[in-house]
Amino acid sequence: MSNATTRPAFVQHHFADAEQQRESAKLGMWLFLLTEILLFGGLFVAYGIFRAWNPEMFFNAHKALDVNLGTINTIVLITSSLTMALSIHAMQLNNRRQTIMFLLMTLIFAGVFLVIKYFEYSHKIELGQLPGKFYTFTGIAGSNPHIFFSIYFAMTGLHGLHVIFGMFAISWVLRKTLKNEFSAEYYTPIEMVGLYWHLVDMIWIFLFPLLYLIG
Amino acid sequence: MKAHTEHITPVKVYLAVGISLLILTIITVAVSFIDLGPYNITVALIIASLKALLVAFFFMHIFWDNKLYLIIFAGSLLFLTIFLTLTMFDTETRGSIYEEKARPINSEAPIYQRN
Amino acid sequence: MNNLPEPNYLSEPKGLKSWLLTLDHKRIGLMYLFAIMFFFMVGGIFAVLLRLELLAPGKDFMEADTYNQFFTLHGAIMIFLFIIPSIPAALGNIILPLMLGAKDVAFPRLNLASWYVYVFGSLFAIFSIVTGGVDTGWTFYTPYSSSTGGSVISMTLGVFILGFSSIFTGLNFIVTIHKLRAPGLTWFKMPLFVWGLYATAIIQVLATPVLGITMVLLILERLVGIGIFDPAMGGDPVLYQHFFWFYSHPAVYIMILPGMGIISELISVFSHKKIFGYKAIAFSSLGIAFISFLVWGHHMFTSGQSELAAMMFSFLTFLVGIPSGIKVFNWIATMYRGSISLKAPMLYALSFLFLFTIGGLTGIFLGALSVDVHLHDTYFIVAHFHYVMMGGTVMAFLGGLHYWWPKIWGRMYSEKWAGISVALIFIGFNITFFTQFILGGQGMPRRYYNYLDQYQPLHAFSSVGSWILGLGFIVMAVYLIHAIFKGPLAGNNPWGALTLEWRTTSPPDPHNFDQTPEITHGMYDYDKVMIESTLK
Repeated sequence: MSNATTRPAFVQHHFADAEQQRESAKLGMWLFLLTEILLFGGLFVAYGIFRAWNPEMFFNAHKALDVNLGTINTIVLITSSLTMALSIHAMQLNNRRQTIMFLLMTLIFAGVFLVIKYFEYSHKIELGQLPGKFYTFTGIAGSNPHIFFSIYFAMTGLHGLHVIFGMFAISWVLRKTLKNEFSAEYYTPIEMVGLYWHLVDMIWIFLFPLLYLIG
Repeated sequence: MKAHTEHITPVKVYLAVGISLLILTIITVAVSFIDLGPYNITVALIIASLKALLVAFFFMHIFWDNKLYLIIFAGSLLFLTIFLTLTMFDTETRGSIYEEKARPINSEAPIYQRN
Repeated sequence: MNNLPEPNYLSEPKGLKSWLLTLDHKRIGLMYLFAIMFFFMVGGIFAVLLRLELLAPGKDFMEADTYNQFFTLHGAIMIFLFIIPSIPAALGNIILPLMLGAKDVAFPRLNLASWYVYVFGSLFAIFSIVTGGVDTGWTFYTPYSSSTGGSVISMTLGVFILGFSSIFTGLNFIVTIHKLRAPGLTWFKMPLFVWGLYATAIIQVLATPVLGITMVLLILERLVGIGIFDPAMGGDPVLYQHFFWFYSHPAVYIMILPGMGIISELISVFSHKKIFGYKAIAFSSLGIAFISFLVWGHHMFTSGQSELAAMMFSFLTFLVGIPSGIKVFNWIATMYRGSISLKAPMLYALSFLFLFTIGGLTGIFLGALSVDVHLHDTYFIVAHFHYVMMGGTVMAFLGGLHYWWPKIWGRMYSEKWAGISVALIFIGFNITFFTQFILGGQGMPRRYYNYLDQYQPLHAFSSVGSWILGLGFIVMAVYLIHAIFKGPLAGNNPWGALTLEWRTTSPPDPHNFDQTPEITHGMYDYDKVMIESTLK
């Protein structure tokens, strides 16, 4: 089916053409995102069960979280999703400079998110609001308040790890863009990293109200 | 090999979605300060779902893409729901055994007849 | 001896590095095959040693703690390192692209990565064996697993890593099946083995991540004491079981579905007859995949879960038997009035029909809540799952292995010795495990090192069966390895089969086909197409 003389170099040997390769990549990435949703999903299930068992404790404990910082982080991540989408858009129009600029902005926003999380975490460590057997804070009414923090750290920790992985992935496509490996004809890796990044944003969209805005 | 033009989402759409997401964020924070009793979590989840759908359909392009990706996305949420629901069938009904009332023993039953 | 067709994927390219860095799905599949066969042997050795200890009550030659470690390792190795990857990663990797008329899987580098992840994960399992072992049972139930000594963390970390290998394989297969079918090979023209692999892959990507998070939570419980499974800290040990079985029940269908796919192929080919009820079999695979996610609580009837949940899971469990029953019916209907040839693959398929039916039926018995309350954690359960996993999946795997052995190596094995091996395995298996249904019905608990004298005759009988079973496998290893080097040349199509892998050389060319195959007939059209065997 493919003509050797017109077959672009970026199409791997086992694919019939560029379109099949691109669609396969997209399908593969969506399936990977499905696994991520199920992975985080387990923690959401744990959240649901423990919140249903300890509604008052969750309400009291969540006040330890800073809603302002959480809101800022939500805004930061949404904006980073926007810049990610715009970076792909730029490459679709062969605008390499803009792609680089938007990828850099996405990276910066991701970094800001992590810095804010660092401040949140270190504040909790200071106060002893830690998971499980390390919990030493005494100001929260309700039974077993450490449960809230176990779940908080597990969920935001796993999410933060994925932000870090995302930053590596974005840096990787940024580097390839700088080396002029992409064009309007072929930018699939950026698109795939974009899909991943949007999922990371989506997970936070749920984490934020469930942890920070409990009534 | 068919010639195919990829759909390029206009910048306007991205900006509109981005702004909507920010507005919805502000709304969800504001609503959390109003006491709706048990419905706070429902409203918060509805708004979050709306935001997630905007991200999925427009940032992630499902609106214009092959519906298979939508099936994959929806499927993952379906199975997550199954996991949560069926587990909660257990965790939320644990104490039910204490409501079993003792019935008087049927002393005529064969099991109590001596040899 | 004549020579194998050249070039073939075994001979080209040459050198160890070309194997370790290969992107050829056939080579990756072969590397998986060696690995899983190695772990099958290790798991089998643990099993024989366990049964040796159980010959008589009390201590025979090992301590109780050692016994607990051995059954844990037997289970963990057999499940995570052997049976789950066995058909998809070994046979599936070699055969799937060939069956689709494709040049490779969708993501060859991901495929190689999945093998290395598998090896890496297995190293953690081996590490935990040599550093103190694990005695929690392969299910790692809390609170014992979160509080006991031993190398629980390295074992669960190994399981976590192995999960990724499974996910990568499943993801790769789904995209391959969606995107890389040869032109003209529509969904309902695909061989049923492909449908089996497809349904399996869907379960792999949906369920395995939950196993991942479960292992992470268990590790955190041990390391950091997060307390979500610890009642003293407001947690719930039964919650662990929900998390664990949400994966592990669908996992058993990861084990059986590819096997059922193989059986569809074998029964059709060796009855020289079109498969009966193609669409029913295809859809039943998807049906099993879906329903498998609704029934996990039937492993937890006596765990302390609520009565409502128990009743609900019991009811849903009965549903899952229906699609399996549909398949068995269709296979038997395929054989009816077929021209049956009792070669080794068919002997395995027939063994499967008999043994899987027993295993599946006893599963339905256990699905009844009132029955399971008495039989849970007895040898009845042990017998049930060995009938479905070994009598089912392993028989199908061995059938597939013999069926595709000439394609993989280009040479045919000895039917005489294969027949002897099947007989030893079938007889040995039934002696070992049918006995255990009776033991369990009489109340013998599972995972017990010691037992009352009244159980000793049956235990001894079962142990003798395990020796016959082991002998069967030793015989198999000998004649299969002999066939690789000295077997007669098989030719492209020794069985006269119609699926696409038989249209290329044995062993296949590194690039699979000279030209993308044209689909001129259905994969089961034995009534329309006359195909000669290339075996003289």
